[in-house]
Amino acid sequence: MSDATSNANTIDAPTPEKGIAAAEAKNNPVLAADGTPLKKSLRRALRAQKLRALMLIAPLLIFVLVTFIAPILDMLFRSIENQIVSDTLPRTTSQLSEWDPATDELPPEAVYEAFYYDLFAAVEARQHTRLGQRLNYENTGVSSLFRGSGRDLDDFREDQVEYIEDFSPEWEDAGYWLSLMSGEGGEDFLDTRRDAILALIRESKRSPLGDLWCATIATCATAPEDIDIGYTPSAEVIDLLPRTSEAYADFALITVLEEEDSIAEEEPWEAVYVALAQDLAETPESELAAFSGPQAQALVDLKAGLADVEAQSFRDLFAQSDDDWVTPSPWRTIQTYAPAYTTGYFLNAADMQKTPDGPEFRPENERIYGLLLQRTMFLSLTITFSCILLGYPIAYLLSNLPMRTANLLMILVLLPFWTSLLVRTSAWKVMLQQQGVINDVLVWLGLVGDGSRLVMINNQFGTIVAMTHILLPFMILPMYSVMSTIPPSYVRAAKSLGATNWTTFWRVYFPQSVPGIGAGSILVFILSIGYYITPEIVGGTTGTFISNRIAYHISSSLNWGLAAALGSILLVVVLALYWAYDRIVGIDNVKLGG
Amino acid sequence: MKLTKTLLATTALTVAAAGANAESHVEMADSMTIVSWGGAYQESQLKAYVEPYMEQNPGVSVTWDESSPEAVAKLRAMDEAGNITWDLVDVTAADAMRLCDEGLAMEVDHDEILAEAPDGTPATEDFGDMIVSDCFVPQIAYSITNAYRTDVDEWEGRTPEDICALFDTENFPGNRTLERRPINNMEWALMCDGVAFEDIYDVLETEEGQQQALDKLDTIKDQTIWWTSAAESIQTLADAEAVIGSSYNGRFFSAIVEQDQPLEMLWDAQVYDIDGWIIPEGLSDEKLARVEHFLKFATDTQRLADQAKYISYGPARASSVPLVSTHAELGIEMAPHMPTNPDNSDNAFVQNYEWWADYRDDIDAKFQAWLAR
Repeated sequence: MSDATSNANTIDAPTPEKGIAAAEAKNNPVLAADGTPLKKSLRRALRAQKLRALMLIAPLLIFVLVTFIAPILDMLFRSIENQIVSDTLPRTTSQLSEWDPATDELPPEAVYEAFYYDLFAAVEARQHTRLGQRLNYENTGVSSLFRGSGRDLDDFREDQVEYIEDFSPEWEDAGYWLSLMSGEGGEDFLDTRRDAILALIRESKRSPLGDLWCATIATCATAPEDIDIGYTPSAEVIDLLPRTSEAYADFALITVLEEEDSIAEEEPWEAVYVALAQDLAETPESELAAFSGPQAQALVDLKAGLADVEAQSFRDLFAQSDDDWVTPSPWRTIQTYAPAYTTGYFLNAADMQKTPDGPEFRPENERIYGLLLQRTMFLSLTITFSCILLGYPIAYLLSNLPMRTANLLMILVLLPFWTSLLVRTSAWKVMLQQQGVINDVLVWLGLVGDGSRLVMINNQFGTIVAMTHILLPFMILPMYSVMSTIPPSYVRAAKSLGATNWTTFWRVYFPQSVPGIGAGSILVFILSIGYYITPEIVGGTTGTFISNRIAYHISSSLNWGLAAALGSILLVVVLALYWAYDRIVGIDNVKLGG
Repeated sequence: MKLTKTLLATTALTVAAAGANAESHVEMADSMTIVSWGGAYQESQLKAYVEPYMEQNPGVSVTWDESSPEAVAKLRAMDEAGNITWDLVDVTAADAMRLCDEGLAMEVDHDEILAEAPDGTPATEDFGDMIVSDCFVPQIAYSITNAYRTDVDEWEGRTPEDICALFDTENFPGNRTLERRPINNMEWALMCDGVAFEDIYDVLETEEGQQQALDKLDTIKDQTIWWTSAAESIQTLADAEAVIGSSYNGRFFSAIVEQDQPLEMLWDAQVYDIDGWIIPEGLSDEKLARVEHFLKFATDTQRLADQAKYISYGPARASSVPLVSTHAELGIEMAPHMPTNPDNSDNAFVQNYEWWADYRDDIDAKFQAWLAR
């Protein structure tokens, strides 16, 4: 929408560049007054000029980037982002990758075991229901599956937990556990676990900009990467009791980072006890006895004692919690959505879904977005055309009347502009409804029977009427500003040369007003394609736009990924139309004013 | 000049009051941002406990934000931006569960932070089943129910007796107005299609059951005006655009009793829902102390009973029910207008939050696709 009168490239006159090129062709550099080649000095001067110009627009540029472009990109990025699954269930997803979802076989016990430890940490960090919600978009019922099993998790392998706790009072003592797990050489191990837990609790990762900010401008709280957890894992214990070390590290990290408690005072989670029992069962007695810590004998005794305590498999435990865990369905969903980036939202926005066999169309009765997109296009085009039809005569009138009258009319055009959008929309409701003003008048005139009042609202007609009215000023204003620059002498000249009124208008006046129509159409079309308040109120079921679904997914269903995918598709469609418009009409042919 | 002086004086007073307050409650913030629904409901909260609280605690200022309809989305956005500006949020039970699930609402110990009943019953017992989530402090029970116009000539004197009048276009011709979402509509459709009350959710879990409900709704689709905000529904009925339809019982109360519209309640198969407070996760200690102090006052037995003077929603506390008295301005008895009144609650049921939390996305997609066709 820029003015295209000053196109410097087409000017065929001597310029400094040409002069230099000519001089260089003769292999004879032109020198400036101080002896440097003129080319260099000129380039320096130009660079300074450009830099100054850039500095002048920098505040606005930065403002637009930070407050407009960045949030939009961030929002659109959500349409593919899917890290929540692998962040919440890191061990499960890596175990699951070897499972073949096409068979009806259940995942191996190792998956259930990994899932137990993942889910336990997620429950403690209160993230499991969030993941449940995410997966529920893809597989109905997963939400309550996660919520329900999250509650049951504390009781898994209860017998073992109780046995250890009752074995000797030390095992219930936070300090005893801490001394068992502490030692030397486990820093890297703790850092690895810290990264995993930070991903789980979604603490913002430290950014270079944030670091600079904290170092220079503000005093910040210690970054979660630097908070002291209160112990250093012992490398020996990590080798001896790998599961316990991992579970204990998770416990320690979440206790300190999320709950801000001290591990010296908190008894470990049940999961740590379960892990210990599992580790002891798998570690030979000789290795336990060789442990250098003072707890070696206690571990040996505990191992002997635990041998008699029955441990149910994790699969059975999950099956008792909910039957659905022993069907392949939730595991397929977890596996399908394990990657950090997904096309799932875009497929959903295209009325498709992911299946183990690749993308497939949804059943007929669930397809909606294609229909809505078509409808949005159709209605927006109709609204644009009705705006042209209604706006053109008004703009013509405005530009041809004397100033005083034109100003008065202009105020009338702008008046609805200053009224609240909701008031205008509701007013149309009063006008158009079956017991409304128009129908009442028609019945009173006898044109329509009382029993057969016209249905003019809660359908596409209502949307077109109300939106045309609301967007009309956006069409009239650019048309008016273009028309008021068309010199009246052209029309007079055409007439004096014998043209009829129609020929004068069609051959002389209209072509000159086309840039105004173009600008108005682009404005109205782009505005209407994203409208949702008016269609929501007057559109009923057939007159709503795709934006209404986007608004629904943003504010009600909270499926922001799908909303972002729909928004991205809408953006691409608008850009494509803009490109097509440029190819057909030419964007140079669009003017907002003289 | 005079204005400036007054302003200065007021400011000085406020500062002084704030200072005095800061001394008496060292650890409490002296301002709160409360999020509610606006309209008559927010007014009832203001009259019943916010104003009395401010009287008792001069210097505390309350800012209202009428964002409850979008509370979940906005809280999520605030949380992502790392800047929660709300201190106490009024939401429906379903939203409270979602906020709790997302970790955006704080889990509370009801017995610890809420006042006990006058006879010493602990809060958890007094509120009973109303506490549907660990994050949720219930205030009122309301219902989504139906009403019909009393002046429809075509009905020839027949009056709707039960919920199935919605689907009976022969005896009760005319437009309907229903909420543009599947919750409640699907249940009503199945009830009127011969599904027993206790089987409804089992049936709705199956593809066939969902189709059955949609098929039933299909019979009135052409005559239904779908609403998204409850005010629309009342307006549609008041304009005689529709002759029967659903809305919140409090809205019907004010249309029928306060504005004298020719409408009558159809209490049959009303669906109870609960509304209450949640505290956003991550408040500062001072804010939290103030919010908890207010919450204890605002949800005690007398205050919840007081609220019923201004709006016909039932108090969530069992101990408040006997204290419900008359309307503050009209002086009529409020009890018969309460959704929980025995005469009204014959065939009532409670919204199945857990079930809908699972099935909402799936059924909503089908419902909206059905609507758009």
